[in-house]
Amino acid sequence: MRLIAQLISWLSFFATIVPSVAYLAGQVTLEQCKWQMLLATVAWFVATPFWMGREIPASDPQAIDPL
Amino acid sequence: MSEEKASATSEFEREPVPERAQLGFKSFVGMYAGEHCAGTELMIGPLFIAAGVSAFDLLVGLLLGNLLAVLSWLLFTAPIATRVRLTLYFQLEKICGRHLVVLYNLANGVMFCFLAGAMITVSATAVGVIFRQSEWFSFELPAITDVYPNSVGWVVSVLVLGALISIVAAFGYQSVSKFANIAAPWMVLVFLAFGVVTARQFIDATDTQIRSLGDVWHLATTSIWTGEDPLPGQAKFGFWHVTFFAWFCNLAMHVGMSDLTVFRFARKSRYAVATGAGMYVGHYMAWIAASMLFALQLHQTHPTDKTIELLVAHSGEYRAIGAEKLQQVPITSKLIRDAMEIEDQLVAEGKMPESDKQVKVPTPLPGDLAYNSCGIAGLLCVIIAGWTTANPTIYRAGLAFQAIVPRTSRFVVTLLTGGVATIAGAFPAIAMKMLDFVAIYGMVLMPMGAVIFVDFWLFRSLGLQSNYAEVSRKNFNWAAGLTYFLTLGTCLFMRLVLGVEIFFVSLPGWFVAAVLYILLSAIYQRLRPAGKEIPKGSPVPVVH
Repeated sequence: MRLIAQLISWLSFFATIVPSVAYLAGQVTLEQCKWQMLLATVAWFVATPFWMGREIPASDPQAIDPL
Repeated sequence: MSEEKASATSEFEREPVPERAQLGFKSFVGMYAGEHCAGTELMIGPLFIAAGVSAFDLLVGLLLGNLLAVLSWLLFTAPIATRVRLTLYFQLEKICGRHLVVLYNLANGVMFCFLAGAMITVSATAVGVIFRQSEWFSFELPAITDVYPNSVGWVVSVLVLGALISIVAAFGYQSVSKFANIAAPWMVLVFLAFGVVTARQFIDATDTQIRSLGDVWHLATTSIWTGEDPLPGQAKFGFWHVTFFAWFCNLAMHVGMSDLTVFRFARKSRYAVATGAGMYVGHYMAWIAASMLFALQLHQTHPTDKTIELLVAHSGEYRAIGAEKLQQVPITSKLIRDAMEIEDQLVAEGKMPESDKQVKVPTPLPGDLAYNSCGIAGLLCVIIAGWTTANPTIYRAGLAFQAIVPRTSRFVVTLLTGGVATIAGAFPAIAMKMLDFVAIYGMVLMPMGAVIFVDFWLFRSLGLQSNYAEVSRKNFNWAAGLTYFLTLGTCLFMRLVLGVEIFFVSLPGWFVAAVLYILLSAIYQRLRPAGKEIPKGSPVPVVH
């Protein structure tokens, strides 16, 4: 399950940026680019919570940097 | 970071981080890269355009400024952090005493409150875009020149959003922190997509043929970052403005030493180069991409019929160009300024009532900009970026205020803090003057960084007692307290009397703080000795 979620995450990760590059290259229209980015976004947020639970030093509230 | 290490983060608040809890280089790369692609970037990037920045000044100024920021973390913060391995607050308590730390915390909390408010403003612009489609709740979004809330709908939208963010913050910040970690890599790519999509839109809008890097540079200098006059009400930004802004944007964190709390976990001080990931992803790529969004908006905005009518009727220069041609040209700051001046003159001569003024300065509204570029994904990016920045910031500000009245409930204090941030968020001036506010934020927290630096590296060799408050068991080190207030006073003097721009006062301010702390400590420690002899030239204390 974790492996499948990771696979979907990585695919959606790249799918988030590929449509904009395709639009730059004139391969897709802006509307197509926007829809593809939305699909990739949904896939990323559905799949990633299943495996990405890492904590980082910023989890200390004293270390919050809003900039 | 493993769970054991995660729990360790809160364990070492009043003791040095032990070797077993120390972290490798990768932890810091991930943290900084994700943290610096935040809601604030969506406001800062467009404001560079409003400040009339040129392509060279922005691209090279940011390159240099961010390098200076990384060097500041590497040479100022990390060497102390990896030697003492204490949080900023514990280190400050040892030097300044508990009461002065509470005061510093208060200043931090107030600044965080306003920053959170600006993020609520950013998120609310996205809500405005969503509701614009509906007939029952569409409202006017604020303009760049607005100081006060401009519509009931705007206030309602900010209040609802602010209340939601505050309630979530009051329940704790771990879950939002986890969500922010998940969103961070995606957000970085959406920011990159803003830039890539906008580049294509510029190519189409200007009918440019890109055959070489020279063509790209020509497009950048003539259409994107043109370096023309700033928009009315904005300061003009040149190379050194950009450089100093990029360097001092995180002044509180590096030279101000707030990130002692982060780097106390680093195995080696050289891991501070990881901050480069944050600077060049968030404060280079993201700022550039966000600035392009607003540059495109300006390029696609043409003068309104009313503006053209005004210009042609009252200015020979524009009459010569002709109304038809003016309808085709992108709006420029000169054109807006000229139209506004004509309006002001007509009002002064009594030929036009004040209420008939129609010329408006284009406003960078992140929600609008992101939606036009990347659709709903872009809009989500604005909401999530604003939310995940505002939420922990409110939580952090709440902690600061709670330190002043420790017996009150953290839940209630955070809710009240969120209330203040929400009210601040309804005033668009904070977000629209973000560049100035960020410079003030750094300036307010910078003096304590100088105090820590001098206390750690110079005091022993000068025969002075470091960690004076701890050794003398004082709750308020007057030398540090006076240093703080006199430095801020000097910075204000430089700004208000000498006319030094706010972006440049913190550099001389740091040296003022360093010299003041040495002189005042020499006097204060002679008057009130700590009761412990320190041999001259003894080595810097290192906690293992």
